[in-house]
Amino acid sequence: MSTKEVVMTEEWNESDDFKRVGTEGLSGEDIGEKSLTYWADVWRRFRENKLAIFGLILLAVIVVILFIGPVITGQNYQLIDASIKNQGPSSAHWFGTDDMGRDLFTRVCVGGRISIYIGLCCTLVMFVIGALLGALAGLKGGLVDDIIMRICEFIGNLPYLIIVVILSMVLGRSMFSLVFAMSLTAWVGTARMVRGQILQIKEQDYVQAATALGASTGRIIIKHLLPNTLGIIMVDITMSVPGFIFSEAFLSYIGLGVRPPETSWGALASAGQQQLMFYPHELFFPCLMIVLTMLTFHLIGDGLSDALDPKLRK
Amino acid sequence: MDKKEVLIEVKDLKKYFQVGRNQTLKAVDGVNFKIYKGETLGIVGESGCGKTTCGKTVMGLYKATDGEVLFDGVDINKLNKKEKKEFTKRAQIIFQDPYSSLNPRMTVGDIIGEGIDIHKLYTGKERQEKIYELLELVGLNREHALRFPHEFSGGQRQRIGIARALAIEPEFIVCDEPISALDVSIQAQVVNLLIELQQKKNLTYLFIAHDLSMVKHISDRVGVMYLGNMVEFAESDELYQNPLHPYTKALMAAIPIPDPDTEEQKKRIRLEGEIPSPVNPKPGCRFVTRCRYATEKCHQETPQLEELKPEHFVACHRAKELMEDHPQE
Amino acid sequence: MKEKILEVKNLEVSFKTYAGISHAVRGIDFDLHKGETLAIVGESGCGKTVSSKAIMRLLPESNTLINENSEVLFHGEDLLKKSENEMVSIRGSKISMIFQDPMTSLNPTMKIGDQIAESILIHRKISKEEAYKEALEMLQLVKIPNAEKRMKQYPFEFSGGMRQRAMIAIALACKPEILIADEPTTALDVTIQAQIMELIGELQKELDMAMILVTHDLGVVASVADKIQVMYAGKIVERGDVREIFYQSTHPYTRALLDSVPKIHSTNKETLYSLKGTPPDLINPPVGCSFAPRCEYGMNICRKKYPELTKFSDTQECNCWLHDPRADVSNLPENMIRRRQ
Repeated sequence: MSTKEVVMTEEWNESDDFKRVGTEGLSGEDIGEKSLTYWADVWRRFRENKLAIFGLILLAVIVVILFIGPVITGQNYQLIDASIKNQGPSSAHWFGTDDMGRDLFTRVCVGGRISIYIGLCCTLVMFVIGALLGALAGLKGGLVDDIIMRICEFIGNLPYLIIVVILSMVLGRSMFSLVFAMSLTAWVGTARMVRGQILQIKEQDYVQAATALGASTGRIIIKHLLPNTLGIIMVDITMSVPGFIFSEAFLSYIGLGVRPPETSWGALASAGQQQLMFYPHELFFPCLMIVLTMLTFHLIGDGLSDALDPKLRK
Repeated sequence: MDKKEVLIEVKDLKKYFQVGRNQTLKAVDGVNFKIYKGETLGIVGESGCGKTTCGKTVMGLYKATDGEVLFDGVDINKLNKKEKKEFTKRAQIIFQDPYSSLNPRMTVGDIIGEGIDIHKLYTGKERQEKIYELLELVGLNREHALRFPHEFSGGQRQRIGIARALAIEPEFIVCDEPISALDVSIQAQVVNLLIELQQKKNLTYLFIAHDLSMVKHISDRVGVMYLGNMVEFAESDELYQNPLHPYTKALMAAIPIPDPDTEEQKKRIRLEGEIPSPVNPKPGCRFVTRCRYATEKCHQETPQLEELKPEHFVACHRAKELMEDHPQE
Repeated sequence: MKEKILEVKNLEVSFKTYAGISHAVRGIDFDLHKGETLAIVGESGCGKTVSSKAIMRLLPESNTLINENSEVLFHGEDLLKKSENEMVSIRGSKISMIFQDPMTSLNPTMKIGDQIAESILIHRKISKEEAYKEALEMLQLVKIPNAEKRMKQYPFEFSGGMRQRAMIAIALACKPEILIADEPTTALDVTIQAQIMELIGELQKELDMAMILVTHDLGVVASVADKIQVMYAGKIVERGDVREIFYQSTHPYTRALLDSVPKIHSTNKETLYSLKGTPPDLINPPVGCSFAPRCEYGMNICRKKYPELTKFSDTQECNCWLHDPRADVSNLPENMIRRRQ
């Protein structure tokens, strides 16, 4: 008994319906979705992460304020006016004034530029040295790898604070020596990470394919290894900046960091801490900025890390 | 039949890897064969038999530990850097895993064009045209040149890999399990494409796989490898109809046939035991641990390939006697 | 006919993706009887694995959508409506599953013996020692040599074939009624594959267990299946008992699959039959028959309307317009168009 029922509709009366057409006109090879480059896809995934976008926007706002703020208020961060010292936040002085009557908001802005600048500089140094050495170790392997890894272990075990103190004494307390001291020990982590990534990618068939085609080592590094490592490096960078900002704050706090007349959030926090019992706003605002900025970098870093993770691809 | 010209001759090829202190992985341990111009030589075997290593060493991706690989009479392990680069234009490879064989950051066009770029064969518009030509040759569209690997299916990626290998017009291509990771109907597509290209471009193939049916279909002659050694070697039909090595017989019997009646009647040769590790292998025949015919001699002396029938070689001490006792098993 | 233990009705499973909703399984029905082996055959993306995981409720809750009207009746009770706790007591003890990749299916930090015992202890209130003893028996049942020593080893010390056996031991420890085997031998070598399939066959008989075998390997299917259903793009295009499908298939896709496999006893080197193109995008599944773009016998109607069901026997039926009396059946392979029931 046939279970087929014939339902007559208008369409079915067309005599052409049962004419054979085979596969003509239909290519099975078409790709439906729009083409997205790798980074466009990463951006799309990043965009969907609300927290990450929030971090990005907040960071942009902070950076804008740091640069435009003092222009708006028109205050000078060095202007000492004992008569208005230790005032709380007001319309004239958005963050109040410090113990020397200087406008705190402007000081926070100027200090912030320095803090972030240091954070970025150190990250750059860390990245350049770390990525280079890590790539070399991963690619060459053997003795080169062993040597570089032993150097990493040695440097990684040096007590951070003592190094900074010694270097400050030797090189004098300048911005340069500060950046140098902080990045000297920090590149180790990056080197290990890049090396690990390179070791993994090296074994991928497409690298072997390039070798089989006759590619030189240089070409393999530039065209195949680096682009595929970039993602993980970016996450590392994004997460390192707040670390350096905090380190600098810490050093300034204990008196080893930036020297007056330059200021930074750490230095401001240090100064503010002395007034904590009476004028907490002087400590509060610099700390708030440190926390917010670190938060934004972490959110962005997390978002980036998730956006790059192939396993989380939906 | 016209006289066959030898393109590649492999003599006592050995490839060992150090995998730890005093641990040597003998992936390929003394293999001999010839590949004639225009033919497809198949190599089958299971995991650890060394077929992939063999293929990669034959086209120069790995350097041989010992033995010779003569390509057109020249030992490729003795080439200098410049000659090596020239050589890459003659021998190429297609990989097994369509997902890791293409750089995810490069467009398909650039992937295919990489060989062209490295050897500076074409530039500008000519290069573009050549890439389009290759895409169409493997059954894809011109528009695909701007897309990225992740947008393609496994079968399509494999075809991109084939286009890449063909870009520099090689004479010889090692096909390293090119279809294992693909669906059945796509396997047929890729195999048909390979056969068509072989005829069009006069290619010589070394086809490596563990799927005996597919290897038999595409190959003229087939070698069976087990743990680094070639245990049997014959024309493909002959190998299927008259396997002489105990391992080959078991392999044939183990292949599931998509035919219920045949399956029911098939005499099952049960092969007990596991495949041993190729690290620090014991002397003697490698198959000894799973062979029902093993004798004392088998434990001590490694058998060499002997021509037991015309163009049919077997490496087994007892193969001759077994063949005579059971002429058609 | 043995009793029916599993009835799947109108199973529809979709996934939320960034590009839209992907309709992985688009309304399938099937039954399973006690002791029977059902093979679900199809290529990647056809929905066979998703269907089997849906039965076990192993699909991620966050982005899976199962139609309200879908039902998976196990002894009459709908598994899709059960709570997670209830499912936990069913999984492993009444319905078990083994997966394709034995490397990732075993916990690398737990000894094999403990993993088998764990699956026993979850479902039965017996002492640890007793569970361990039964675990040892299971390991011996799956023919692992030196079982006592192996109980104390970790997965990395096992080879691929042995891990698969260990996984079978874990799955069968509680003597389930149904075993779902998702490509159990695809990652294994041919000789090991033969061993494993033989083992599964023996255990099935011993335990009178039903099995759903999900695979794309037609060879494996020929030797173990009682019934076969062929899936394409989320739908079942043909079903039948094993001989009907292999010798008298009625759907062009089934034929194409059978023809794509080289026959080892043939000596001709003709090109293999190969389908052009790739399976369709499931986010916008085609309106008519999903196989139409790749079907050399396709007709206009195939692209417009999904084919009605045609029955050929008690067990064989398919969805294809070629069986409509008005169809153009010139040049069709022999015995594809037959008298219908």
